[in-house]
Amino acid sequence: MKRYLLRKILIYLLTFFIAVTIDWMIPRFMPGDPIRNMLTRVSVSSNATAIQQMYDYYSHLFGLDLPLWQQYLNFWKSLFQGDLGISTYLFPTPVIDVIKRAVPYDIFLLLPAILLSWYAGNKFGAVAARSKRLDNTITPLSYILNATPYMWLGILLSWFFGIILGIFPIAGAYSYSLQPSFSWKFIGSVLHHWFLPFLSLFMVEFGGQAIGMRNMIIYELEADYSHYLGTLGAPQKLIRNYAFRNAILPQVTGLALKLGTIVAGALVTEVVFSYPGIGYLLLAAIQNQDYFLIQGCFLFIIVGVLIANFAIDIIYVLIDPRTRRGMTGETS
Amino acid sequence: MSLQIENLSVYYQTLKGDVHALEDITLDVKLGEIMGLAGESGCGKTTLCQSLIYLNPPMKYMTGRVMLNGNELPIWDAEKMNQHRFRDISIIPQYAMNALNPIRKIGPMIRDLLTSKKVDYKDRLPELKHRLDVVNLPHDVLGMYPFELSGGMKQRMVMVLSTLLDPTLLIADEITSALDVASQKAVSELLVKFLDEGCCKSAIFITHDISILYQIANTITVMYAGYLAEKASTETIIHSPRHPYTKLLIASLPKIGVKYSEKHLKGIPGHPPLLLNPPIGCRFRDRCPLAFEKCTEVPPFVEIEKDHFIACWREGSHA
Repeated sequence: MKRYLLRKILIYLLTFFIAVTIDWMIPRFMPGDPIRNMLTRVSVSSNATAIQQMYDYYSHLFGLDLPLWQQYLNFWKSLFQGDLGISTYLFPTPVIDVIKRAVPYDIFLLLPAILLSWYAGNKFGAVAARSKRLDNTITPLSYILNATPYMWLGILLSWFFGIILGIFPIAGAYSYSLQPSFSWKFIGSVLHHWFLPFLSLFMVEFGGQAIGMRNMIIYELEADYSHYLGTLGAPQKLIRNYAFRNAILPQVTGLALKLGTIVAGALVTEVVFSYPGIGYLLLAAIQNQDYFLIQGCFLFIIVGVLIANFAIDIIYVLIDPRTRRGMTGETS
Repeated sequence: MSLQIENLSVYYQTLKGDVHALEDITLDVKLGEIMGLAGESGCGKTTLCQSLIYLNPPMKYMTGRVMLNGNELPIWDAEKMNQHRFRDISIIPQYAMNALNPIRKIGPMIRDLLTSKKVDYKDRLPELKHRLDVVNLPHDVLGMYPFELSGGMKQRMVMVLSTLLDPTLLIADEITSALDVASQKAVSELLVKFLDEGCCKSAIFITHDISILYQIANTITVMYAGYLAEKASTETIIHSPRHPYTKLLIASLPKIGVKYSEKHLKGIPGHPPLLLNPPIGCRFRDRCPLAFEKCTEVPPFVEIEKDHFIACWREGSHA
């Protein structure tokens, strides 16, 4: 077990190193220049020498006038000091503060959507697998939900509930007339704004989970061990129970991977509903060539996915005995 | 008399129509008898045995009845059959290597199964351990997952599990097919030992390997294309078969002392008919060297000598 964990940790560290390196490289490969972008946005002056001076000043401030290898080393150095740099888009807010402000919205939106859709989808899929009538109604519906272009569904929901019925707001995380505070009014407003993005995510995820579970259960019920139990006259309850426990394994992987991407936000949802999460932020960062904010957002995503994967590795050892087989060997 | 099958017909339902897999089977298996069931692939051996224990779609019950110890088995009723499965009639399946739930330890799995059959696991545990000794498995296997056992161990585990409630009839479906010759012998001898120890009271041993039957079976039944061709004691079938198909089948076995590099191993020319739209009359007619006009009618399965049954117009009293 110890050896297995050590190997895993080593692999994850290596993955982290490579992923973060790529994360550092990607914004720098983009055409354009963050400083010039920032200066044009504030359009300080039309004097060419003044602009050049400011350009040099900011380049130096952000360390972008150094050779690339130096920038790369500095990046790692400050990363270990917990410094993600300063956003050029939201200058002079530190990236970490910008992200800190956005992450709670993502967790609040995605965690319930993912967990509830996973739970409900799997329950439904398992029931649909053994009921002809449900299978003929819910399964096609799930396929439709799952195949719907998400953006279209989101727009449709906000159009119908927001514009036609007018019962839900279509933008923001809370009413623009309120200031964040711990009042019932504010919490109510947050929930009110949260509902539509949540519903859209839930619906699409639910469809996918239900289809996956249904197919897995049917596959397991056709497996030899199910057939053997049937020939020995085991009650359907026992056979289904075994099939369910076998079928849930791949679903757990799916859940853990989804949970890992929570911090990445749901870009399309957040854009459609103007919801101020990381996804929304990332889009703005890319549009404004904000190297440091892009790096920061991606870093969160990398860490989230790696932690989730590591968690699956551990959980799998607990729930699937077959993974324990090679743990002491070379091939684990 | 342990098992009596009367006029059993079972078809497979397919989109193209019914496949006539079992036609009018009438057969007895006595207490203490190991009946070998032989025939080429697709002749209905497995269908016959599956329909005795677990007749599920696409299999479709047509006619006939099955008596076990004088009680009729409701083989067409999947729910009612549950009380007979495992207790009265049990099976060692063809897929014994994959028959155990991969993510449950074997002991707890057996406990789940016995509890669902209202049998107390603790009461049965000493007997279970005794039988593990019989098949030469350590008691530790009960605390292991199936993947921790080798293929042969899994198969012996399934043999023990299938016979745990001392069924009247045990069906062994091609249990030696995936094994090497030495293991084939060991497994077939285990089956005989099980019968001697009272773990089951009679057995049907399905195989396409007649040489194994020669070693363990009391009687051999030969099937061809969904019909019974011949049933007799092992000695009779091997040394003096009467049905043309059995004769050709036995003749095609390799013999000791003959060099097959010099002399070709004999086979039966032709193929068995498709059972979707089976030919009228005797289904062996097209390949039979002795076929004549009468063979366009289905020959009845009749006793020509004591305990020697045959379905052929050329043989027995109709000849």
